[in-house]
Amino acid sequence: MTEDLQSIWVYLAATPLLGLTATLVAYQLAQALWRRLGMNPLANPVLLSILVLAGFLTVTGTEYRTYFDGAQFVHFLLGPATVALAIPLYRQIAALRRSALAVLVALVAGSATAAVSAVGIAWALGASHGTLMSLAPKSVTTPIAMGVAEQIGGLPSLTAVLVILTGITGAVAGTWVLGLIRVRDPQAQGFAIGVASHGIGTARALQLGEVAGAFSGLAMGLNGVATAILVPLLVGWVFRP
Amino acid sequence: MLFYITLLLVCQLAGEVVARMAGLPVPGPVVGMVILFVGLVVKGGVPSELERVGTALLSHLSLLFVPAGVGVMIHLGLIADEWLPISAALIASTLVTIAVTAWVMAALGRRP
Repeated sequence: MTEDLQSIWVYLAATPLLGLTATLVAYQLAQALWRRLGMNPLANPVLLSILVLAGFLTVTGTEYRTYFDGAQFVHFLLGPATVALAIPLYRQIAALRRSALAVLVALVAGSATAAVSAVGIAWALGASHGTLMSLAPKSVTTPIAMGVAEQIGGLPSLTAVLVILTGITGAVAGTWVLGLIRVRDPQAQGFAIGVASHGIGTARALQLGEVAGAFSGLAMGLNGVATAILVPLLVGWVFRP
Repeated sequence: MLFYITLLLVCQLAGEVVARMAGLPVPGPVVGMVILFVGLVVKGGVPSELERVGTALLSHLSLLFVPAGVGVMIHLGLIADEWLPISAALIASTLVTIAVTAWVMAALGRRP
């Protein structure tokens, strides 16, 4: 009996089916738990899924590469999903036209602050080059951040985790910072949260109101593009060998 | 439906080709996003079928991060070694970015 199970496991562990199914099951369990906990930002479904899957692979002694053979089908969809971000961005075009100057200046200031402060702090505290390059694009949505990390010599999978942790930080502490500096304009509130903490922050900004949510979504899309252009240029300029 | 799924892939492919040929320091899918955005502006609206495909993809956007995120298990050693610079940079940089962006935007917005 146990030998039968053993041989079934050996067979399944070598097919893409297991990695793909495990990813979908873990994500849906994590989402159910997150809803149960009142959508608490600390119980972020992505974070929970990663913990569950990493635990599962460690316990069963499965290599990440074997898992990824199956999970790559989900991973591949990041490309078309990034392209699809043009749709919500297009919906904000009227708001974008009205506050174009404020949006543009705040975008460049925020995008540069995010990358320079993260890399600067980590560098001052002695982080390695790979870590610095993985941190630089941390404030933008994962598909873009991973693409940028790959391009500048970071570790895309480390970046994916740093991006998620950044999103959770912004969602949890964003309103506290805004209160501290006494910014009450919902456009500015939403835009700031979106620039610093992408989609996870945008989910939080939506709870503040419709205007804050829309500007956060706009900021997330714009900062994706700004970071994809700014960060490789800044890196080429600062770290030129 | 199939047409718009194909359209997204064509935009991504075109983005990849443009980025490589022009030597742009930008990921291909981001260029693909700009191409689609320009297309929507030219067309002056989002076709409802494209809207459905886009919503389906983006409503499960966070699922798509999971496979790459699990890759953290191969970097556990690195994170353990550099936990202080990593966590200090993440937290401080995120809070400073929110403050700077909000402040600049509010200051410019107040002008007539």
